[in-house]
Amino acid sequence: MSEPVSETVGKPVSETVSETGHGLFSDRPRSPWADVLRQFRSHGGAVAGVVILGLLVLAVVVGPFLWRLDPAFIAPKATDMFKMRNLAPSLAHPFGTDQLGRDQLARMLAGGRVSLAVGFVAMLISLFIGTTVGVLAGYVRWLDGPLMRLTDLFLALPLLPLLLVMVMLFRDALASVLGPEAGAFLLIVGAIGLTSWMQAARIVRGDVLALKEREFVLAARSIGTPPHLIVLHHILPNVISPIMVAATLGFASAIITESALSFLGLGFPPDFPTWGRLLFEGVEYMQADPNRVLFPGVAISLTVLSINYIGDGLRDALDPRLRRR
Amino acid sequence: MQQGGDIGATRPVLDVRRLKTVFNLGSAEVHAVNDVSFHVRRGELLGVVGESGSGKSVTMMSLVGLLASPPAEVRGGEVLLDGIDILKLTPRALSDIRGARIGFVFQDPMTSLNPVLTVGDQLAEPLIRHKGMDRRRAAARAVELLEMVGIPDARARMSGYPHQFSGGMRQRVMIAIALACEPDLLIADEPTTALDVTIQAQIIDLMQDLRQKLGMAVIWITHDLGVVAEIADRVMVMYGGQVVEEAPVRDLFAAPRHPYTRALLRTVPALDGARLHRLNTIEGQPPILFEAPGACSFRHRCDHADAQCACVNPDCCKVAAARDATDDPKSGHFVACHHVPALPGAEARAVAVDA
Repeated sequence: MSEPVSETVGKPVSETVSETGHGLFSDRPRSPWADVLRQFRSHGGAVAGVVILGLLVLAVVVGPFLWRLDPAFIAPKATDMFKMRNLAPSLAHPFGTDQLGRDQLARMLAGGRVSLAVGFVAMLISLFIGTTVGVLAGYVRWLDGPLMRLTDLFLALPLLPLLLVMVMLFRDALASVLGPEAGAFLLIVGAIGLTSWMQAARIVRGDVLALKEREFVLAARSIGTPPHLIVLHHILPNVISPIMVAATLGFASAIITESALSFLGLGFPPDFPTWGRLLFEGVEYMQADPNRVLFPGVAISLTVLSINYIGDGLRDALDPRLRRR
Repeated sequence: MQQGGDIGATRPVLDVRRLKTVFNLGSAEVHAVNDVSFHVRRGELLGVVGESGSGKSVTMMSLVGLLASPPAEVRGGEVLLDGIDILKLTPRALSDIRGARIGFVFQDPMTSLNPVLTVGDQLAEPLIRHKGMDRRRAAARAVELLEMVGIPDARARMSGYPHQFSGGMRQRVMIAIALACEPDLLIADEPTTALDVTIQAQIIDLMQDLRQKLGMAVIWITHDLGVVAEIADRVMVMYGGQVVEEAPVRDLFAAPRHPYTRALLRTVPALDGARLHRLNTIEGQPPILFEAPGACSFRHRCDHADAQCACVNPDCCKVAAARDATDDPKSGHFVACHHVPALPGAEARAVAVDA
């Protein structure tokens, strides 16, 4: 105890204040993120999820630089192409080849990039819309009715036909502006985001409705906190756990929706691989070559599962009431 | 204990005149606050007593726009804070006053702190909002505030969350937040009701201590007549959304005039003497006011009620001078009852105050 005191005694006050000391004599409050990290690490599933997701991300980001086969390469001569078709896994092609003789590993790596990016961005869009709608509906009384009817409307819409119409209407327009790949990415991400925010909105609205009647909101108003800061500073941190759960579910369902769209031929251009597309292409050859569905299927499942576990761990870690000291 | 005397002549920091608040429920209206007039002087502690549903909290919350609107609606009256009518301010300007010039402490410290924010964050909030401090200066000031309200090891506890604090500690934190910007007026809405008796005594001592240090006015809402007798300079008794009696604390306890006040004082269990009888109660329930009172609202529970009580609502009139008499026309013993004779020449209180 006496040691840190003697250290600080000689210094001018201003200097000791700026120091980030430790323990009892630290002047700055210890960062709450340290606590979050500690709690997160005690959640075994979440840590495993981080490791697996990290490996998957690392593989799709770095992998194509190490495994240099072109995922779109088809042997130019028909005889060569026939020789390359539907090969079983070997050293030359660890995941085998598809019906056109393209290397499956290279396609998995390229497809993973697209699938993970689609899932992540679509999740962000749907979370942003869902949280905004939910908070506004819950907090602003006169917006509640209109926004919730809008949510009901979206829930009642048959989503797949809606997605099809959106893709039909905007694909060419976007492709001509941004190029076919970027255009398709934006379109799919936007379409998935715009049609999957409703669950998050409902959950957030319900929580906000309950939270705004809590006494700490009254206490915040009693010290003059303006409404937008009450929402941002007092209410949002309290709904972070349902948002986290919605986020992980959203990520998973975005990957799956993208797969469904690709299957219908309305996703990315046909020669552009995603995990969903590889899976559905493989279905035809499932009996002859189970690896064709196994690899993309396992990749999707591992991703979704590890993200769900991460969300679970984050929810626990972000809630200070569950955090152990 | 500090009593009226020397500070009696200073002008009121808060002067409320004929405040009316109504809850509009669509199909019905509830007249929760009816023509309530009162004032608090600098450094004074005004105790507000009355049973649940008598309009104490609603009155105080409508002063500064804390009631959700709709359904609540302030229908009339003036709230003068240092001479400026704050009911006429925009919501934004009113929120500049809340926390800066009028602080609030609520009943239940277990629920009035945000569970997911650190205590330090919540203490810094009014400082950043009203004093324009940056985070570091606000944090340094917050440590001082925690020390001021007697939280040991304040610096380390800044990063703690509310659930790591005991009830009494949390109420200390709430007080520190309310006092962060050194308000002119602190409104404490049953600040000790949710605490056990020993903690209650500590919090009362702390509030008295801080009041003397900072020289602020305090409005203390409570059910506990014992607490009021100990700490208040003046007491206001509310019933049915009206002020039924108001007097300096000694006058009120020595000579309660209104039948409701007397009944209220009789319900206090005595610690000495025989305990052979049941606790005294006031029969019946307080009224739910679906219309503005046109008659004495206590008449159904009052032993003295007669025909006049049923058709005329008594005004709150001065019935006696304050015992430690000052020249201030605002001080004295005021009662709203037909059966308590007013001083000759005394008019209805709100009118007298306006003059």
